[in-house]
Amino acid sequence: MDITDLRIISTVGALITFVGIWVWAWLGRHKKDFEEAARLPLEGDEE
Amino acid sequence: MNATNVDTFYDDWAVRKFTVMAVVWGVVGMLMGVFIAAQLAYPELNFGLPWTSFGRLRPLHTNAVIFAFGGSALFATSYYVVQRTSQVRLAFPLLARYTFWGYQAVIVLAAITLPLGYTQGKEYAELEWPIDLLLLVVWVMYAIVFFGTIANRKIKHIYVANWFYAAFIIVVALLHIVNSAAIPSEWFRSYSAYSGAQDAMIQWWYGHNAVGFFLTAAFLGMMYYFVPKQAQRPVYSYRLSIVHFWGLIFTYMWAGSHHLHYTALPDWTQSVGMVLSLILLAPSWGGMINGMMTMSGAWHKLRDDPILRFMIVSLSFYGMSTFEGPMMAIKTVNALSHYTDWTVGHVHSGALGWVGFVSMGSLYFLTPRLWGLKQMYSTKAIELHFWLATIGVVLYISAMWISGVTAGLMWRAINEDGTLTYTFVESVKAMHPFYVIRMIGGLMYVSGMIIMLWNVIKTVQMGQATPAKIPAVVAHA
Repeated sequence: MDITDLRIISTVGALITFVGIWVWAWLGRHKKDFEEAARLPLEGDEE
Repeated sequence: MNATNVDTFYDDWAVRKFTVMAVVWGVVGMLMGVFIAAQLAYPELNFGLPWTSFGRLRPLHTNAVIFAFGGSALFATSYYVVQRTSQVRLAFPLLARYTFWGYQAVIVLAAITLPLGYTQGKEYAELEWPIDLLLLVVWVMYAIVFFGTIANRKIKHIYVANWFYAAFIIVVALLHIVNSAAIPSEWFRSYSAYSGAQDAMIQWWYGHNAVGFFLTAAFLGMMYYFVPKQAQRPVYSYRLSIVHFWGLIFTYMWAGSHHLHYTALPDWTQSVGMVLSLILLAPSWGGMINGMMTMSGAWHKLRDDPILRFMIVSLSFYGMSTFEGPMMAIKTVNALSHYTDWTVGHVHSGALGWVGFVSMGSLYFLTPRLWGLKQMYSTKAIELHFWLATIGVVLYISAMWISGVTAGLMWRAINEDGTLTYTFVESVKAMHPFYVIRMIGGLMYVSGMIIMLWNVIKTVQMGQATPAKIPAVVAHA
């Protein structure tokens, strides 16, 4: 295995990781958590 | 503040200092920009002196606006945002103070050494090695403060703005170390560790990722906190923010070679840069759409809220320049646009329109809150600033578009016998009126910034630096 193989593996690995993140983010079960997370800036200080 | 207050109040010392300095450096850097724009229109303004020549003052302008103005705004907002979204006091407050003085020292050293002609000759990385090392120390302290605060957080989830700031801090360290690697020969002189086409590729890997992570990711962090805050609405799609964040991270790293189309760089490397630049449109517009849609149902607020208007116009310019960028990365388009003012117009559409506007909006949000007030000293002045800046940007970029396309077309025009239709000086002559228009646009933009400085000073004088309380009830998220 030479450096070109490592480059191919890391590139393809990055692509798979990205698609994986995408699928993960679109899973319906995170909807409630994301809605709570989105409200964080509105709760961080007393006004 | 005594020890018992540690869990009760946020630490905004560095936020206040960086906020004021961002505005001060904004005025200085933009004045410098107007001056060198005037030099291009009226070369007598070089005064025949080395210290005042365009070649030395131009890096002073770029360093001042990107790193002094933009950098100070990022330090201020990141220290503010990471505390509020983690609901915890800044970790290592003393270190945060050192980052302020250290970073200001780097800026002052840049302002001294660049006019004297000390430079590594790398665009946006001109500073010589001793200053590079000082910046590295400051940056490591910054990372310790930021990630230390994240580690101490009272909220389980790390809000998306912090992801963007974190990416900015990590990647800028990486870029700075790799691209500034040099062999010193004496104080303030060094030679790049790389040579030839590799040196060029590393420089533009640095250059474009400075755009991607300093001027984009970090300011998106700002956007993801201050737009929801000012609109009083949560971000439109949280999952979109996650996907476009990782999209930017995985794509930006590849795009730098589009700065080297038709050079000694291998052809395939240029093509990779072009294709990945085109892909970059998607994650960029993901951020733009997410910011814009956060406004849905609140558009009426734009009518009487100039701060929100700054933010929305900034997102419009972000959308425009991230459409223009991929288009200019296409080799055939680049054959026309490269080495012309079109590039300068594109950069300023992003820098003045996106980075400038989102910073101004965020700083207008921050300033009264940091000094215990509800709003800025004068809302009318914000309004005036908004219109001066908007008309200024439009004048600037449309002048550069016309000038750039004109010059590009003149350079490639060929007579039937194969000779060039125009001499170079004829293209310079054609560009001249647009250089004057650009200078006027810049003058309007900096006038708005001077009004902002006045408004900030008035607000600070009127208010009092009061410590902000950490909410007692920890949120569930």
